[in-house]
Amino acid sequence: MTRKIRERAGRLPRAVRGRMLSAALGGALVLAAASACGNGTGGGTVTDGFTQAAQTNGALTVWVDSDRLPAAQLYQKEHPSVKMNIVTYDGDANGSNYLQTKVGLFNRTGKGWPDVVFSSQNNEASWAVPEGFAAPLNKGLIPTSTLSGWATNANEPCTVDGTLYCLRNDLAQTVLWYNATLMKQWGYSIPTTWQQYEQLGKDVATAHPGYIVGSAGDSFTPEIFMWASKCGANQITAPKAVTVDATSSQCTRMASVLDTLLADGTMAKSSVFSSDFDKNEASKILMLPGPAWFGGALFQSTFKTPAGQVSAAAMPQWPGESPTVGNVGGGTWILSAHSANIKAATDFLTWVTTSNDYQGKLAPGYPAYAPAAKTWLANQAAAKYYTGDITSVLETAANQVWTGWGYPQFSQEAVWAAAVLPGMNSGKTITSLLPAWQSQVADYANADGYQVTTK
Amino acid sequence: MTGATSTTVRTAAPAARRALWPGRAGHGFVAAYTVLLIAFGVVPTVYAIYFAFTNAGNTFGGLSNFTAAASDFRFVPAIEHIALYLVFWLVSLVVFVVALSLVLHRLAVRPLSKVLRFVYYIPGALAGAASVMVWLFMLDPAVSPAGFLLRALGYDTFAQVIAPGHLPILLTIIAFWTGAGGWIVVMYGALNNIPHDVIEAARIDGAGAWQTALRIQIPLLRKWIVYMVILAFAGGTQLFVEPELLSQASNGVAGRDYSLNQLSYDFAFQNNNVNTAAAISVELLVIGLVVASVFVARSGFFDAD
Repeated sequence: MTRKIRERAGRLPRAVRGRMLSAALGGALVLAAASACGNGTGGGTVTDGFTQAAQTNGALTVWVDSDRLPAAQLYQKEHPSVKMNIVTYDGDANGSNYLQTKVGLFNRTGKGWPDVVFSSQNNEASWAVPEGFAAPLNKGLIPTSTLSGWATNANEPCTVDGTLYCLRNDLAQTVLWYNATLMKQWGYSIPTTWQQYEQLGKDVATAHPGYIVGSAGDSFTPEIFMWASKCGANQITAPKAVTVDATSSQCTRMASVLDTLLADGTMAKSSVFSSDFDKNEASKILMLPGPAWFGGALFQSTFKTPAGQVSAAAMPQWPGESPTVGNVGGGTWILSAHSANIKAATDFLTWVTTSNDYQGKLAPGYPAYAPAAKTWLANQAAAKYYTGDITSVLETAANQVWTGWGYPQFSQEAVWAAAVLPGMNSGKTITSLLPAWQSQVADYANADGYQVTTK
Repeated sequence: MTGATSTTVRTAAPAARRALWPGRAGHGFVAAYTVLLIAFGVVPTVYAIYFAFTNAGNTFGGLSNFTAAASDFRFVPAIEHIALYLVFWLVSLVVFVVALSLVLHRLAVRPLSKVLRFVYYIPGALAGAASVMVWLFMLDPAVSPAGFLLRALGYDTFAQVIAPGHLPILLTIIAFWTGAGGWIVVMYGALNNIPHDVIEAARIDGAGAWQTALRIQIPLLRKWIVYMVILAFAGGTQLFVEPELLSQASNGVAGRDYSLNQLSYDFAFQNNNVNTAAAISVELLVIGLVVASVFVARSGFFDAD
């Protein structure tokens, strides 16, 4: 037996030599193929502000995440004559970059792009425009009268040099979610300033240990707290220029509030989506600052908090300053500039972002299109899940999102997750991690070709 | 017994045809492999080399892509991560695989040995990504069946378990769990191939289990160990699935930009820079080839003795 093994081992070099030969042949083949391919992009006609592909009017390919699947299905039901090809994907959640990865590959092969795609991220324009994927929408495709229906600044993330490249699906303005039953029972009043919020956290720590007034364990934590505090860690000053100032007083004052509450245990360290949070913290929420979608996505669907307990108030503010709130996501819809079915794609895009049937009655998040938002809020009020009036709170917050926080190509969430969260979990203060955060933001911005200014 | 009979039959049949075209069956088998090798191994490699030396405009770019990769802020940390991981992974692989297969081979109770071989192999039967998914649950104290153990070690949340400093150990455990079983079975087979008379002679000369393992079995396993190290080294430098999935599961807290392969992936799909991505993959190829050559040359891997 050993002899046999040796024999086989002895014959290996020949196989290797064979492989070398095949490799050489294969290499020649590839080079020939590569030079033959060249640039295969055909010409087209310039309409609506971009070069359109020859229109074939075949099936309409739509990519959505699982939350937006009902939208595509409803459209198909209402428009049975449209041939649709509905594909679900992760919606680029948490900056997974799936869409950019795929579009990069499609750009290389010259085919395969979806006609309309939903993304849960609001910074897609930063790469989809330079890579030629997003079609301009305000150059003829969608009338200005329709576009004027969006909430103030809602389409800001989609605008590059005055041209609109995507449509905002929902707004994600932050509010202060709270458990009205417990607040009333324990006699606490809603904090209107961050100092009051901090003090309330300290009171809860002594009077009701185990209960929390917020969570800092998510990658989007800076978008809830730092954004609302006007912290200039992410100021996009030009399409490829960013100013990073993560150690200013606007940042340190909020970091200090978080550090106090983290230290006394009233600020959770786990992600609100983690199994740990669901098991240990979800039933102990007194307050939870977070985006509009926390109400439906977290309290109602994930934590299954009973109806009649949850309510929302305005975010706490810094005294003497104009009120500002943060923003966590709020998805976008992109129309492919390569679409061979632009008319059907535009119809779908308009319907999915503005129709009352979907945005007003079915959508899980606060619609970015104002008339649909009215219907949505009325429906929320009618469902009686929330206690008190959350309509005016959400409506006011929708116009208070601080505009100094930009939408760059790199994911601010991913940077915070790697630069701050591990340190926070090992007991370091957020204040002490701000310089590391700043340098990581600058590094990632540099890697994406941004001109970086740090303070 | 049946094995012996079928061997005779198999050797008898080709003997008659050997005159027509010696090794015809062998070439037939290899042909299918060669086609796949060219399509999925050689062509992509050449494609990557082409990209690595050209720029975005498809003109020759010299070494610019390599310098771009080396000057990136994630490059040096990624090399350090991989180096540390390789030390843990290769040492644990060699020590535990050899030790476990020797113990397995010595087990007097045959059925137990069979069961253990099967048990060792099971994790390897799961596809790569699926087996990492298992670990995402194992490492989360809130849902892990071994949660009590994690809590006993002082880790109450997933985020604490996957602290950046723990990654080399965690990735080694995952890789060992998914990959070592197959190697144990291979080593076991190799141990079975050591002629019984050699072992018998050692026993008569007074060698105990320890002496036999150290002086007879391990030296005779040397080529298999080298083979394992070469493949494990190549696999280790190309670490990707484990940190990438960990990064997605932790929403980027741990494992992002951890390995060179991830950096290459980021260059290609986040920074839209396929050329620099290709440069990194070419570097990985060169490292793999050089290390394999050193091991092959030093161990006399292809010597016919």
